[in-house]
Amino acid sequence: MATPSIKVSETPLVLYTLRRADDALVLGHRLSEWCGQAPMLEEDMALANMGLDLLGQARELYAYAAQVEGGGNDEDKFAYLRDVRQYRNLLLVEQPNGDFARTMVRQLFYAAFADLYWRAMMKSKDATLAAIAAKSEKESAYHLRHCSEWMVRLGDGTEESHRRAQTAIDDLWAFTGEMFEADDSERALIDAGIAIDAAALRGEWLKTVSVVASEATLALPRSDWMQRGGRSGRHSEHLGHLLSELQSMQRTFPGATW
Amino acid sequence: MVIAMFDDAALQQHAFDVAANVVDPEIPVLTIADLGVLRDVTVDKGRVEVTITPTYSGCPAMNMITLEIELALEREGFRDAKVRTVLAPAWTTDWMSEEGRRKLAEYGIAPPKPASSRRGLFGKDQVDCPQCGSPDTEVLSEFGSTACKALWRCKTCREPFDYFKCH
Repeated sequence: MATPSIKVSETPLVLYTLRRADDALVLGHRLSEWCGQAPMLEEDMALANMGLDLLGQARELYAYAAQVEGGGNDEDKFAYLRDVRQYRNLLLVEQPNGDFARTMVRQLFYAAFADLYWRAMMKSKDATLAAIAAKSEKESAYHLRHCSEWMVRLGDGTEESHRRAQTAIDDLWAFTGEMFEADDSERALIDAGIAIDAAALRGEWLKTVSVVASEATLALPRSDWMQRGGRSGRHSEHLGHLLSELQSMQRTFPGATW
Repeated sequence: MVIAMFDDAALQQHAFDVAANVVDPEIPVLTIADLGVLRDVTVDKGRVEVTITPTYSGCPAMNMITLEIELALEREGFRDAKVRTVLAPAWTTDWMSEEGRRKLAEYGIAPPKPASSRRGLFGKDQVDCPQCGSPDTEVLSEFGSTACKALWRCKTCREPFDYFKCH
């Protein structure tokens, strides 16, 4: 029989930490799906490496959420024993890999955000979050550079690579607004100097993404209609499929270890 | 009392030397002291606590390094040594010792540039070939055989080489 999901006491700090952890885990898992299938060996290594960084960040954040919650959950339980509706990640990071251009556009949108976010979080009054941020920002800076260079190659490459990159931008754009939102639970932590006010990063994010897009001869959509839901557990159909693979072992063989 | 303090200090020095000589399993010419991964060694009533910091969040070598430290201390008679991992301050390649940089280059891995050069939307690194010293090199892959390395090629001697990414 399948293992039941855990219960999580989502106090503001636990919820806040889980949201960041889920972003990193889900995106890291998406990147790992490329392993052995990327267009070239170098990129296979790059995607797996970036996935590994994200997985490391997720582990630190889950471990901290478990410590704050103090209810016997741990990083593995958070990852393997929560159902779709308990996941708090952005809709952006759960979107399928699609073609290589789509994966790179998704990564660019996230890395440009994460880079600013972690740098801001280094000043958090919460010492553990500040330490995790200081570790993560070095990684996100490298990811951002890698994606930026690929965007130029794709956008300013062939007619087909340009078309694919532009389509990916147009399709994924509606998922970028959610990155800058905060609910009441988060608002209180922002006021306390613990959480980061992502809304304040939007201008800088847009500037970074615009510079890359312009260098890549790509256009950013004018539409400002944004899809939301991931932060409160309302996900696209894709996350359930992702979790069924990520969790199958622990759900089928409860407590299995190496 | 004075003797006990002296003993702890001597033990601490010995434990530090033992821990400092543990090598990185993925770059065996570098010790964890060369890398800057070893942060502190303390002895309290004969019990050793070693503090290390990860290079990358997801670096798989950290578990191995922890185990190696415990084993090395055990071999020297330190029972129940504890290895603690801290995140702050965040590790940077600027902590790598001069000795470490020299050993890396001799091993065929180009040592990291100062970490202040790591920002920028597009890459502009200039790395000298560790084989022939030529500055005429190019990046083949920004991600290499481990999380901390990139793959480069020398355009003079044509040899590919690893570059320890600045971080």
